[in-house]
Amino acid sequence: MLLAIDTSAGTSVAVVDLARGVIAERGEADTMRHAEIVGPFIVECLREANVVPADLSGVVGGMGPGPFTGLRVGIASARVFALGAGTPLVPVISHDAIAYGHYRRGHTGPLVVVTDARRREIYWSAYSEADAAGLPVRVGPPGLAKPADLDAPTWLHARWPRLDAATVSAGELGLVAELTHAHQRPFAANEPLYLRSPDVTISNGPKRVSR
Amino acid sequence: MTTLNRSAPLVLGIETSCDETGIGIVRGTTLLSNTIASSMDEHARYGGVVPEIAARAHLDELVPAINAAVTEAGIRLSDLDAIAVTCGPGLSGALMVGVGAAKALAVALDKPIYAVNHLVGHVGADLLHSSGDASDTGPLDYPTIALLVSGGHTSLLLVRDLVSDVELLGETIDDAAGEAFDKVARLLSLPYPGGPQIDRVALEGNPKAIRFPRGLSQPKDLAAHRYDFSFSGLKTSVARFVEQRQDAGELVPIGDVAASFREAVVDILLTKALAACADYNVPRLLLGGGVIANARLRQVATERTDAAGVVLRIPPLSLCTDNGAMIAALGAQLIMAGHEPSTLDFGADSTLPVGQIQVSGLARSLGAP
Ligand SMILES: [Zn+2]
Repeated sequence: MLLAIDTSAGTSVAVVDLARGVIAERGEADTMRHAEIVGPFIVECLREANVVPADLSGVVGGMGPGPFTGLRVGIASARVFALGAGTPLVPVISHDAIAYGHYRRGHTGPLVVVTDARRREIYWSAYSEADAAGLPVRVGPPGLAKPADLDAPTWLHARWPRLDAATVSAGELGLVAELTHAHQRPFAANEPLYLRSPDVTISNGPKRVSR
Repeated sequence: MTTLNRSAPLVLGIETSCDETGIGIVRGTTLLSNTIASSMDEHARYGGVVPEIAARAHLDELVPAINAAVTEAGIRLSDLDAIAVTCGPGLSGALMVGVGAAKALAVALDKPIYAVNHLVGHVGADLLHSSGDASDTGPLDYPTIALLVSGGHTSLLLVRDLVSDVELLGETIDDAAGEAFDKVARLLSLPYPGGPQIDRVALEGNPKAIRFPRGLSQPKDLAAHRYDFSFSGLKTSVARFVEQRQDAGELVPIGDVAASFREAVVDILLTKALAACADYNVPRLLLGGGVIANARLRQVATERTDAAGVVLRIPPLSLCTDNGAMIAALGAQLIMAGHEPSTLDFGADSTLPVGQIQVSGLARSLGAP
């Protein structure tokens, strides 16, 4: 059984199991309240699933891509929950959860997943198909782009069906982790996918104050 | 959850309000670990703390810092009685990392959580002592005036009771004192952080060479801002002085500028703090915050409190800069005073008022739109 936490879009927390699927899940699309609601969501999911932290075999953290401030709350929570519960952290790319859910609901073939990166930019990942295990096969990186870049006919995945998602389901994130583990595939790196440098400018020294 | 140990609770404190990832572990007032990972070096090339760089560093440092603190304290996480965390004031994105982590740790360990005020934490630092050493200065005598000075805040508090009655008397209306040190250091082409650099070059300077202005000290300002601070006028005055010398093709007397600037800062800080002591008839002054590392500030504070018959308390420097131990200490005080834990729905509040010593969570979330 896994606890899954994703704050790459809104806030989503779930308890999942390979055999039983999504046992409990809480979601909130608001992108301003990650730090407030992540705690209550974890408690509610554990309670509803009737599990204690010691029952968990891992904690799944959605690594993004996502706008930094929110994304970090979930990763910090997942890492520290795993530490506290003495169980491994399982990093999963959040876009993989979106793609997994879409394939599971019947989509076949190529797919481009797109999420909001703010500042008039978007995050994207490209998938060729779902494999025999049901796992989405990512063939294009989680990337950062201007919306127009993906509309350009010259873009590699220009003609692929596109899914714009506003939320990520921690239940689906957790199931990706269960399947990845069951089929002995590699997990993602335990690193947040900001895909942007911190925007800072190095000033050219102090400005004059006297004329 | 078992009954909370209220006599000498074992508390882990998480502090991420600025550029230090602080994890502290205390048992009552005994300090067991004060682990700090600072991202200061990463900010140096920008001349000040970059919030996004600080927040990224917190995420990277949290788990290693918790592990290091637990090892140093010689405990297991499961031994803890409670978690305490800074929920404000501070940089919002940075605070959120600590808040999210603290909640997760509390739930994973099934322990109560105390969401506390960073500024009041600075005062709580003074209660800590290492086990069995002579540094135990005993409990705080109330009331006390507290002067908290760092790169993020410059505040004057009246502390009637650490866990129930802290009043903000005044604060900076523009830059924090530590920021002023950084900005003046840049004017003098000295590296970041500015405090130690100003201290270094001031050694060769005359503090009386240049009379820089003391912000908000004129009678007309004192009416509305008796205990408030302002450092932007001082910074501008230093800039103007430097530019005049440069325009005239003269050498800038860096030592004199640094010493005179520092004297102005130290003077205004202590003048206002001692005015508060006198006005409120409180013969006690406590200092906290990273700028307390400034040797001249400590020296003048000692001289002027002695002269005024005011008892001066300064925690060890490792507990003056931002740290998790002071947060754990405040959490432990709240527990020992019988306060109930915060509910899990509190958020990070970058402008948390100092009078709000603990955020309970429920009240705030009900009041939120
Ligand atoms: Zn501070």
